[in-house]
Amino acid sequence: MTTRKTELMVGLFVILTIAAGLLLAFKVVNQGFSDSESTYTLYAKFDNIGGLQTRSAVKVGGVTVGRVESIYLDPEDFNPIVVISLSDKYNNFPDTSSASILTSGLLGEQYIGFQPGFAFDDFVVLADGDYIQDTKSALVLEDLIGQFLFSRDSE
Amino acid sequence: MNWIIDLGANTLFKVIGIGRAFLMLTGALIAFPQWKNVSLTIKQIYVVGVQSLLIIMVSGLFIGMVMALQGYTILVGYGAEGSLGPMVSLSLLRELGPVVTALLFAGRAGSALTAEIGLMKATEQLSSLEMMAVDPLRRIVAPRIWAGVIAMPMLALIFSAIGILGGHLVGVEWLGVDSGSYWSIMQATVEWDKDVVNGIIKSIVFAIVVTWIAIFKGYDAVPTSEGISLATTQTVVLSSLAVLGLDFVLTALMFGIN
Repeated sequence: MTTRKTELMVGLFVILTIAAGLLLAFKVVNQGFSDSESTYTLYAKFDNIGGLQTRSAVKVGGVTVGRVESIYLDPEDFNPIVVISLSDKYNNFPDTSSASILTSGLLGEQYIGFQPGFAFDDFVVLADGDYIQDTKSALVLEDLIGQFLFSRDSE
Repeated sequence: MNWIIDLGANTLFKVIGIGRAFLMLTGALIAFPQWKNVSLTIKQIYVVGVQSLLIIMVSGLFIGMVMALQGYTILVGYGAEGSLGPMVSLSLLRELGPVVTALLFAGRAGSALTAEIGLMKATEQLSSLEMMAVDPLRRIVAPRIWAGVIAMPMLALIFSAIGILGGHLVGVEWLGVDSGSYWSIMQATVEWDKDVVNGIIKSIVFAIVVTWIAIFKGYDAVPTSEGISLATTQTVVLSSLAVLGLDFVLTALMFGIN
């Protein structure tokens, strides 16, 4: 019914598919920070998040250490709150650390640049659920131009 | 008055056709698993899958190469030729891999399935099977449906992988894009769940639709030479349209709204 040769060819077909899958998994797909890693959550309140989106990267010195989990508006003072999940591997940032919204390249996507603060002898570590106090908002091009024109007028 | 009658007759004919297609599918698939049919399925995977490998691999290579060529000439104008990798890989994984594989599969394997089953019907092999108390739905139809549904996602995966390598060949080896940035920007952009898995889901949906149409058109063909030739044409036309239409719906569901 089924010859050995047919079975051999189907077996090769399966192996080829697995090879293609492995190529995609290891060569093509993002593996810097996977969702399966255990994470902890931090909160940061910004004045303006610009073009930041959920799943945007959180980077320390260019290394991706986490992702933006969700973004919502504080119902009391109407400032956006960004929920960040950071990898458990990096769990000893001082509470003097700061977060700023940066752009990769001139027209690239926006990400959170996380700047670890100075570690004093008795520094407090940012733990799950803490707020990052020191935040810098995104630069909005229209605001910049507006400020520039305003300062030129006043001169 | 007559055209209303025609319209009604046409509608009834179409609806009854859809009903027969569902009856065939359920009759073939809802059954106790019959282990002696596994080897029949392997045989069919060989026929529809392995024998389609060459055309899939060659077209994947050329599509990846031509996308790298076209993408490079546009991206280099913005100084963004580093984005060639994500452009090639995302368009292959999300759209071209599943869709072009399904179209080629409909032309290469779907038409053959229709002609084979249609000819079995015309030469009364299906009736003779029934005379021998062998259910043709389980013996002939079920292995072919399973083979198509298993083989096409595998072919789509191979298509995308070969296309990305083809893009690398043209972009990096011939046009001089930096090899490191080709792969690293691709890795920074492509995500497993969002891009690869969604592409595989698309491909499974297309596989079900194309094999179902191909087998039903053969099973339902008028058992004459004209009937079989008409059924083969209809298989290719209908499944191509179904794939392109469904692709829009699936893309809107998967990528349209965040």
